[in-house]
Amino acid sequence: MNALVVLPVLLPLAAMLCSVFTLRQRAWQERLSLGGAGVLVLAACLLFWQVMVRGTLEITLGGWPAPYGILFRIDLLSALMVLVTALMAWITLLYMKSGVERLSPHPLSLPLIHGMIAGVCGAFCTADLFNLYVWYEVMLVCALGLLALGGRILQLDAVFKYFAPNLFGTLLLLMAVGLIYAATGHLQFDALHQSSTVLPEAVLTALLTILLLALLIKSAAFPLYAWLPAAYPALPVPVMALFAGLLTKVGTYAILRLNGGVFASPEALMEGLGWIAVATMVAGVLGAAYHWDIRRILAFHIISQIGYIFLAIALGGLARDSAGAQAAYGAALFYTVHHIIVKANLFLLAGFVLNNTGSFDLRKIGGLAGSKPLLALIFAVPVLSLVGIPPLSGFWAKLLVIREAFAQERLLWAAAALAVSGLTLYSMMKIWMEAFWKPHPDGKPENEADTPLLPAWISVTMLSAITMLLGFFPQALLTVSVQAVRIMAGIP
Amino acid sequence: MIPAFICAMWLTLTTGVYLLLSRDILRCVIGLGLMGNAVNLLLLVSGRMPYLEPAVIPSGENMLKAAANPLPQALVLTAIVIGLALLCFSLVLVLAIAERSGEDDLSALRHTEPKATKPLRPPFLQEGK
Repeated sequence: MNALVVLPVLLPLAAMLCSVFTLRQRAWQERLSLGGAGVLVLAACLLFWQVMVRGTLEITLGGWPAPYGILFRIDLLSALMVLVTALMAWITLLYMKSGVERLSPHPLSLPLIHGMIAGVCGAFCTADLFNLYVWYEVMLVCALGLLALGGRILQLDAVFKYFAPNLFGTLLLLMAVGLIYAATGHLQFDALHQSSTVLPEAVLTALLTILLLALLIKSAAFPLYAWLPAAYPALPVPVMALFAGLLTKVGTYAILRLNGGVFASPEALMEGLGWIAVATMVAGVLGAAYHWDIRRILAFHIISQIGYIFLAIALGGLARDSAGAQAAYGAALFYTVHHIIVKANLFLLAGFVLNNTGSFDLRKIGGLAGSKPLLALIFAVPVLSLVGIPPLSGFWAKLLVIREAFAQERLLWAAAALAVSGLTLYSMMKIWMEAFWKPHPDGKPENEADTPLLPAWISVTMLSAITMLLGFFPQALLTVSVQAVRIMAGIP
Repeated sequence: MIPAFICAMWLTLTTGVYLLLSRDILRCVIGLGLMGNAVNLLLLVSGRMPYLEPAVIPSGENMLKAAANPLPQALVLTAIVIGLALLCFSLVLVLAIAERSGEDDLSALRHTEPKATKPLRPPFLQEGK
């Protein structure tokens, strides 16, 4: 059964090859891609079930024994993240079938998407620090390709703005890997966990600071977040949803895993992470409150929501006992899963807004609530969930994080989190009022779609249904999250 | 040996960071390339270098004696391959940006970001509202 561990990487790579070989047969390329993603979902379900039943699965690659070979390991945390990734990949590819933007995607975009999924899954499955860097590079290369496809100056500018900070972050990550290897002589997570306990506090703090900085840049934390809202709007809608859902979350996953499970994080570092989290939340939501382009508003919300996840991780690192750490890390994981689903859904729905009104600019559109009441209803679910209105999933996610902040008497952090929710409500209501409630500024009749929209409807309805299910039955995901972080952090 | 490597790394790294801070996109990209090489030197040093012999078991023997640590070399090789690909990509990118927009100054490249001027003000601040 342990050989299953490589499936989350092998299946997307196989799908990538299939879609490269069928570059000229578009219909086959789409079918094979969707089929490949479907098989990935099945494999992820199988892995999740196996991990629930048997516990952690692992395999050592390269024919070397444990601390030297590259270890692939799927514990409950990895299995959960892989499952969400596979589901998002399948739903996005389904959405792509309907051509909401009325322009056919570039033939190379499907192979690159599968390559990116392989990178994301690889980062979730590996238990080796250098291997984590390699998967980051796989993601970066595919993301650059997806951004550049088409080659208009708008896209090239976006590529540059994505490329420079992200490559800097990757080099910093590689530097941290080198320094950690120099200090401990190990790269594998278990060995690092043991050898880092004997390092002097100052050395460990310095090493982890560089590591954390690299991962913070890659997940768009304050103050290095400007690349994200600059680059994402140049992407086609489904790819933008995939980027928004998955890419920054690999950074938060790595921070959660490395600070919570591998290294015993020094308190000063976690204190710093907490303040960075607060600054990220506030800066992100202020950007969202300012802008008038739906894509930009949503992109700034990614930053703001990432701040909540960091806050939960920092609270976990600062917790006095293992019960507090487990609760805070569990909240971080719950928030991550909720955020991936809601954020991708919002971007996919923004595609419908474009399809029906012809623009992303809130000042030029309107009247969707009257012409598309069903769309308004489905849009309301992720919007209210993102803001944190009960009983949707965002309410529970925010409740868990803020409750931990109060439990640790971090009143300022809790107050910031609550205030940012208020501003989130403001900027999301701005989209609602402008795009849905107000009449169309030109009194333009609705722009009827000439493409089959059924697959896109299915995907957004599925995502909204998942959000509602997570809201009505939060205990299921919460139990799995807490169990996953307990295994990750080695809490008995 | 290690101090010499550290000096070389420091020099490359600082030059790279200096170029990276420039607004000229070509300098920026070359700075990133230099930084990548500095990090590669760091990786090589991280495995210590008491011996410089290649890690190959000589014929007729069955044990490795007094050889360099092969793991950092493997890491550097991986990093060099990825770094070269990204450097090539970024140079082509710079060329394409310069050709299509006629600009190589980052502060003038605002295609993806709206300029902070009138069209972006909230409607209640615009004239006539």
